[in-house]
Amino acid sequence: MSETIALSQTRPSRPHVLGKLAAGAVIGLILFFLILPTLIVIPISFNSAPYIEFPPSGLTLKWYSEFFSDPDWMAAMLFSLRIAFFTTISATIIGTLAAIALVRGDLPGKSLVLGLALSPLIVPHIIMAIALYLFFAPLRLTGNFFGFLLAHTMLTIPYVVIAVSASLQRFDPVLEMAALNCGANRGRAFFEIVLPHITPGVVTGAVFAFVSSFDEATVAFFISGIEGKTITRKLFEDIDFNLTPVIAVVSTIIVAISIILMGAIRLAQNRTSTSQLGETAGAIQL
Amino acid sequence: MSSLDVSSVNPAPAPRFARLFVVTGTSGRYPPLLTAVLLLPLLLLLFFSFLYPVGRMLVGSLFDPGFTLDNYLRMFNEPLYLKVLLRTLWIAFATTVGAFVLGYPVAFAMARAGSRLTLLIAACVLIPLWTSVLVRSYAWIVLLQRKGVLNDILVGTGIVEQPLKLIYTEGAVIVAMTHVMLPFMVLPIYAALRTIPKELPQAAANLGAGTFTTFARIILPLSLPGVFAGALMTFILALGFYVTPALLGGPQTLMMATLIGQQTTIMLDWPFAGALATVLLVVTLVLTFMFRRVLATSRGFANV
Repeated sequence: MSETIALSQTRPSRPHVLGKLAAGAVIGLILFFLILPTLIVIPISFNSAPYIEFPPSGLTLKWYSEFFSDPDWMAAMLFSLRIAFFTTISATIIGTLAAIALVRGDLPGKSLVLGLALSPLIVPHIIMAIALYLFFAPLRLTGNFFGFLLAHTMLTIPYVVIAVSASLQRFDPVLEMAALNCGANRGRAFFEIVLPHITPGVVTGAVFAFVSSFDEATVAFFISGIEGKTITRKLFEDIDFNLTPVIAVVSTIIVAISIILMGAIRLAQNRTSTSQLGETAGAIQL
Repeated sequence: MSSLDVSSVNPAPAPRFARLFVVTGTSGRYPPLLTAVLLLPLLLLLFFSFLYPVGRMLVGSLFDPGFTLDNYLRMFNEPLYLKVLLRTLWIAFATTVGAFVLGYPVAFAMARAGSRLTLLIAACVLIPLWTSVLVRSYAWIVLLQRKGVLNDILVGTGIVEQPLKLIYTEGAVIVAMTHVMLPFMVLPIYAALRTIPKELPQAAANLGAGTFTTFARIILPLSLPGVFAGALMTFILALGFYVTPALLGGPQTLMMATLIGQQTTIMLDWPFAGALATVLLVVTLVLTFMFRRVLATSRGFANV
């Protein structure tokens, strides 16, 4: 109220209010454009009609039971979860070690290594997909768990490196030196002093790694096999050939997993430190 | 005797092995060998999953079995492939413009609104970003297909008589890609807008500038680094995008990424696919290196 009064002293009030309303409407429409295609799969997954219909005419859980009783979908889901789980472990360990070296270490060519480690964020996934496909196909590694582990660890490691680097930049090296001076060896100083301080970054990186491995579609499309198929590959095929409401169910589950995990990490981040985002950005020097 | 003298000045020299691994300089930096050991798993991973496969692909595109540039020349000699290249640039450009036009107002509102409204807008930007691109492309199929949501509404309200052909068109690809890329545009612009001191627009207003003048001469110029970062990020990502054009585009909207996929899995012309992928990679890397300072300020990464 007071804001309107203050402004109305310099400008005539009615055009200002109208302008504000118009601006609000435009922003609202753009936000609608952003959010509608993201969430529309949810009501469709509960729709009773066997074709796509919006708004839904009736509610049912039929498609959910169809999804959970379909052995092909279940196999793909478990394969994806297994890949995402082990990718998270390997990316978190390798990425954390690398982030420590990159932030705290002295080595010529360090920035080159950082650029290389972050390059999966920029290099189109189709290039990695083709290169890995041409590499794996002759070795019969398509559809293979270890092939996926290798590919997804590489694709998700930038998130771990970025998140852990941000945490490390807030960590005072004097604490670690004090531990070393007091007689702790490197390992003990790491596990008892450094690691507890950078845990938020490590957890953030791990969650990002899990979600991006589970959601990853392009590389998974090319390096899947007839046997080893991720949920995204099966989704891709079914969207092209077999557009049933079960696809909306799968989409809803994928969306729910991402939003719950990322939302949780976001809330935790806001609680621990509001400046995390800015510092995460500062850690990036491509 | 002399060793005693030395140790009174410096601490006893540690054994060579320990010096390389344990001793930290006064700044708390890790010595080079320890750094290298910590980086070793990453380097091995990057070698086997990235450098070696991409290198192999590059070599495969150049030798048949002797050295040849045929696969590269073909791209520029055959009008079809040249058309795909130009179309890719056009769609990436249109997506970037679309994301800017829609993204700037959102970033502006997010920077200006009260904390609660900012949270709401941030949720609308971040939730799509966290959602699988595959799911969002499927949602666009649901919206745009012949018996889709949009056609239902258009026919139901009598705006059109027959359902329109919306899907498998260039327009569908551009709209859906704009939606996918929008958060990458909003976040860097928002970050840039937030760093503008509140006093600057106030000072401009005090000096008699209207809302529009303040925006055009103070806010817009100061937010340009964010705009460049967002636009560049959007353009680079759009150039190599696979999922959305593969699902929403038809044969008439083949892009670089979809052409590479087609050559690999359907035509089985692996050397040519490798050549196309190499060109795409070079374009991406050149853009990244040319503008790496701009990209470093792109806070979009932090939220991916």
